[in-house]
Amino acid sequence: MSDAPLLSCRGLEAGYGASRVLFGLDFDIRVGQVLALMGRNGMGKSTTIKTLVGGLCPQRGEILFDGQAIHGARADHIARLGVAIVPEGRQCFPNLTVREHLVAFADRRNQAAEPWTLGRLYELFPRLAERAGHLGNQLSGGEQQMLAIARALSTNPRLLILDEATEGLAPVIRDEIWRCLAVLKAQGQTTLVVDKYVEKLLPLADHNLILERGRIAWQGSSAELAAQRDLWSRYLGV
Amino acid sequence: MANPVSDPSRATVQTAAAHPQPRLAVRFPGLVRRLPWLVLAVLALFPLLAPLGGLEYYVGFVRRLLIVAIAAASLNFILGYGGMAALGHAGFVGVGAYTVVALVDAGFSSAWLAWGAALLAAGLCAALIGAVSLRTRGVYFIMITLAFAQMLYYLAVSLRTYGGDDGYGLYTPLAMGAWLDGAHPDVFYWVVLGIAALVFAAFGRVAHSRFGYALRGIRDNETRMAALGYPVYRLKLAGFAAAGAVAGLAGGLLASHNAFVSPAIMHWTQSALLLVMVMLGGLGRRWGAPLGVALWLTLEEMLKLYTDYWHWPLGLLLLLVVFRAPQGLAALFERRDGHGGAR
Repeated sequence: MSDAPLLSCRGLEAGYGASRVLFGLDFDIRVGQVLALMGRNGMGKSTTIKTLVGGLCPQRGEILFDGQAIHGARADHIARLGVAIVPEGRQCFPNLTVREHLVAFADRRNQAAEPWTLGRLYELFPRLAERAGHLGNQLSGGEQQMLAIARALSTNPRLLILDEATEGLAPVIRDEIWRCLAVLKAQGQTTLVVDKYVEKLLPLADHNLILERGRIAWQGSSAELAAQRDLWSRYLGV
Repeated sequence: MANPVSDPSRATVQTAAAHPQPRLAVRFPGLVRRLPWLVLAVLALFPLLAPLGGLEYYVGFVRRLLIVAIAAASLNFILGYGGMAALGHAGFVGVGAYTVVALVDAGFSSAWLAWGAALLAAGLCAALIGAVSLRTRGVYFIMITLAFAQMLYYLAVSLRTYGGDDGYGLYTPLAMGAWLDGAHPDVFYWVVLGIAALVFAAFGRVAHSRFGYALRGIRDNETRMAALGYPVYRLKLAGFAAAGAVAGLAGGLLASHNAFVSPAIMHWTQSALLLVMVMLGGLGRRWGAPLGVALWLTLEEMLKLYTDYWHWPLGLLLLLVVFRAPQGLAALFERRDGHGGAR
């Protein structure tokens, strides 16, 4: 892991109209780091993600990606810089086949040392290879989630963002997703994960942020979070 | 416990149950795959065989059908693949036709120059109209494309130089070069057939390129496509301009075919008719446009022999298709066995 921050948020404030949701968030994601963003429902996790990927214009503060200001930039511009999101609800395209999903978004611009080819993606998710000719709406929820991750990886992202990637999945498929995230971590993929499963996040994350009413209530390493169980009940409702 | 992630049998059964396989494609997969080539061969031989059965008149009819199919295919490209419900496509056909008229009026006689200019002029016009229209969505997009097409229509009506409402006759056939006799109806037929084959091959190619996938993704969810790094507006504009250019080419060919151009060619009812034919054949299906055009124009031609009220049975046919086969005729020929299919 490098010390250089790939993404920096400084005094980030965002919301919807007059209603403010985020109140001055400050955090960095370093190259190769896995950052876990936690918090109960309605604490600002999804708003943070939406702001980072250009879905919402911040009201104040700045977001720097590799030193370049991206706050207020268009979503497609941010994506082309190398930020890929696996959205909540997966949102696969019903009229594209699995293979078409992976070909359509393939991007070599980010100069990855080992770019994600179709073969490598199928190796990571063998199930997708079996379903290569199926349309997005012909897949099970777990397969759609794998496809959403593979689709994001096909852009060779410098920062991968997963928003509730295991939400609504059967335990056995959740385990499959966690296994894949561990593989990605081992390969040095910089990742921001939003999820509710604290016990699964701890071994994966290098650094953890807990949001409480739009502010960072606590941050620290997984070892520190594992040792302070009172934080779990206080901020995460676990 | 069995891992559903690696249990292909279960999911395949679910898919097959959810998407029953159309009969034609399953019973005769080889025939369906080769059908386009077969049709092309039959169409290529048609001018030679037609005199044997006294069907010379129908050589001209098929030529018109091919030209309209080119225009319909371009509409299918933006509507079926890109989800852009334009109700002014005939406007671009008209721009192409009037470009040919303008060049002939200025003394040019080369068919290739005229058709190329028709393609470029309509493409440029579509780019300008698309740059404004594509900032709107849904019913507003339909209305604004309709409004632009009607503006073009009234512009053509006001062009006294080119006959205004009365139209403009192209009395001398355009020259196609030393090797091709432009005045020979069969030669023009084969030229149109060749251009149509190229257009359909190009649309098929583009539909299965990254650009085509991107258009289909945009049709499903523009916001998601933007989040994945696609410049949605620019892609839609490129698709819209390309479709407009091809419609213009069809307009240029139609001008040569009819040897006459009037503003009626770009009236909004012509746009609606193109839309109906594309829906009949199958929106977003590669062969949807030619199938819809072939069925509609053939029935129109046949019914006109028997009754002046030929609109009625065609209307009933449209209702039947909407209720019984909403995916259009092309879906009958399509493999939807869970392996992508030939969309």
